[in-house]
Amino acid sequence: MLTIKNLHASVEGKEILKGINLEIKAGEVHAIMGPNGSGKSTLANILAGKSDYEITEGEVTFLGEDLLELSPEIRSRSGLFLSFQYPVEIPGVPMISFLKASVNEHRKYKGLEPLTAGEFLKLMRSKKDMLHLDTELTNRSVNEGFSGGEKKKNEIFQMAMLEPKLSILDETDSGLDIDALRIVAEGVNALKTADNATIVVTHYQRLLDYIIPDFVHVLHNGRIVKTGGKELAFELEEKGYDWIKNGNEQ
Amino acid sequence: MSIIQEKITQTDQLVSLFEQNREILNQGSSPILNRIREVSIKRFAQAGIPGLKNEDYKYTNLKAAFEKSYRQELVQESGLINLNEVYKSNIPELDAHLVFLVNGWFYSGNKPGSELPKGVVLGSFEQIANEQPELIQNYINRQAGLSNDPFVALNSAFAKDGFFLFVPKGVIIEKPVQIINLLSSEENLRITQRNLVVAEAGSQVKLVVCDQTLTSVSYLVNSVSEVYVGEDAVVDVYTIQNHNNQTNVINSAFYRQQRNSVLNTGTFILHGGLTRNNLKVTFNGDHSEANVNGLSFSDKKQHTDNFIIIEHASPNCLSNQIYKNILDDESTGAFSGRIHVARDAQQTNAFQRNNNVLLSDKARMQTKPQLIIDADDVKCSHGATVGQINEDALFFLRARGIGEKDARMMLMNAFAHEVVQKITIESLRERIDELIEKRLNGEIAAKHELTV
Repeated sequence: MLTIKNLHASVEGKEILKGINLEIKAGEVHAIMGPNGSGKSTLANILAGKSDYEITEGEVTFLGEDLLELSPEIRSRSGLFLSFQYPVEIPGVPMISFLKASVNEHRKYKGLEPLTAGEFLKLMRSKKDMLHLDTELTNRSVNEGFSGGEKKKNEIFQMAMLEPKLSILDETDSGLDIDALRIVAEGVNALKTADNATIVVTHYQRLLDYIIPDFVHVLHNGRIVKTGGKELAFELEEKGYDWIKNGNEQ
Repeated sequence: MSIIQEKITQTDQLVSLFEQNREILNQGSSPILNRIREVSIKRFAQAGIPGLKNEDYKYTNLKAAFEKSYRQELVQESGLINLNEVYKSNIPELDAHLVFLVNGWFYSGNKPGSELPKGVVLGSFEQIANEQPELIQNYINRQAGLSNDPFVALNSAFAKDGFFLFVPKGVIIEKPVQIINLLSSEENLRITQRNLVVAEAGSQVKLVVCDQTLTSVSYLVNSVSEVYVGEDAVVDVYTIQNHNNQTNVINSAFYRQQRNSVLNTGTFILHGGLTRNNLKVTFNGDHSEANVNGLSFSDKKQHTDNFIIIEHASPNCLSNQIYKNILDDESTGAFSGRIHVARDAQQTNAFQRNNNVLLSDKARMQTKPQLIIDADDVKCSHGATVGQINEDALFFLRARGIGEKDARMMLMNAFAHEVVQKITIESLRERIDELIEKRLNGEIAAKHELTV
């Protein structure tokens, strides 16, 4: 589904990613772990199409297409979803009209008719029930005045509405209390099928108690320095990132 | 030196135009107005057309506007109006008491009276000043006469007509009163318009003023409005300007509020050439409230200047100002908001905000919030921002599949919406939302280009 080959990227002349290689197939869950500043969020943002980075080398293929050539909106419509680490507040843009526009753009791309207001509300209700969300979030402006937990739940709700093929969850667990973390993780698991894939970007192992990864990659200093099964996450938790840092330097 | 000479020339030309036409101006006008004329032309001659050295006009240069040659209607000339043209022109259609003015003159075909509550007077300023001087004499020039603005003096010298609205004590006009100011001429035209609104104690009225050009010549509008808001009265005034690029406007509005009164204003500039809005609110009694808002869109070489003064002369009053500008291309804007809290105006609450979005590298905005506080127990705030479209929000929307153009539109609408949602007339709010969408899509500009 997604193939990353020797990806190098820099910001203002400073190289952040120094040769990332990653292969993700349908049905898989990959965790990318690493200390602060290792390049995890940069990788997530580059995949979604944020333009602040300069790609100096390498290639990324998503569903057979050159991902780096696509605009953020086409990436989204093709089935790539980024759950933001810090979802932005957009006062004045009602959640409902934003989401309706988003869903209908995705439908249009697939050659489907836009949903009527009634159909849209029905879809929203069913997704809310599935994720056990309260109705409050959708009656407000996008993320305006939301708590950290509400923002993250709102991201997962958008993911449920858009049914992406590849979801990238960027530090979705940061700042979440355990109850919110459970709701978010259950949502992600409920949306899991054999046809879609998930990348969980996280600093801590805790989220991986709830979303069980097939592969764990450790990112350090712009490179994937270790890849293993879910047990690697436990090992990291036990030994700390110094274990990787020191190991890398030796 | 040449600049000073030009300034003298333009001012002198207007003064001699007055001298030559004094009789025509006085003819058919109320003696009250004619007395004001003489004082005012002297004041104008003394002050002259302000240059950029005048602190109040630092960011708005009207020199070029006054240099053009214009026809001026010293007596009413405009005949019939083509209503088809009017309704093609994006003026909001509302369920309202509707009157037209053409080139600053109250249109003779208006028949507003039949549905208005008893005692309400809506009509030609010139006619009412002649026929019912008792209605105007306590209000005319009470506020404008105190102004140092040379254009206000110029208006008072030449003013003959405009609209007059009188709402007697305790009367509530439920439907909005819609005033449509049409500008229609085949040659460049200078317009002087004088309006007066008197809302007596306990009365309520909502005014919607629509300014519209019907041809593509250059207009120079100098309009003065005085609005008296009596004790316990509630007055709303919304202005929607949709002028061609060649039109220069100086609008001066003076609001005087008696105790316990409420004023809501919204000034929406959708399109125009150069627009200067002077707006002054004076709290003349305690526990009054004024919500003064504005939203303007400009592109190409348009210029918009909102010059606001809130005079807290009485204690326990509340004023809120929110002015927003969206500027594209090489357009420029200025905002000046002066809040003065007098020594005895304790317990004043005065808030002001000016937010601006620049869509291009060449657009410019000057903003000058000013607080002058002579009392010691007050709550005041002011703030101004000038920025671009929020890139993080734009990326977020695009990352959810919304195309860049639509995403930008969504964000601009959101920026504008804060001002729109303060409109107290629901149908107008909806129409303004539609007009803004059209404006942001470039449809309103295209309309103006078609008429060329």
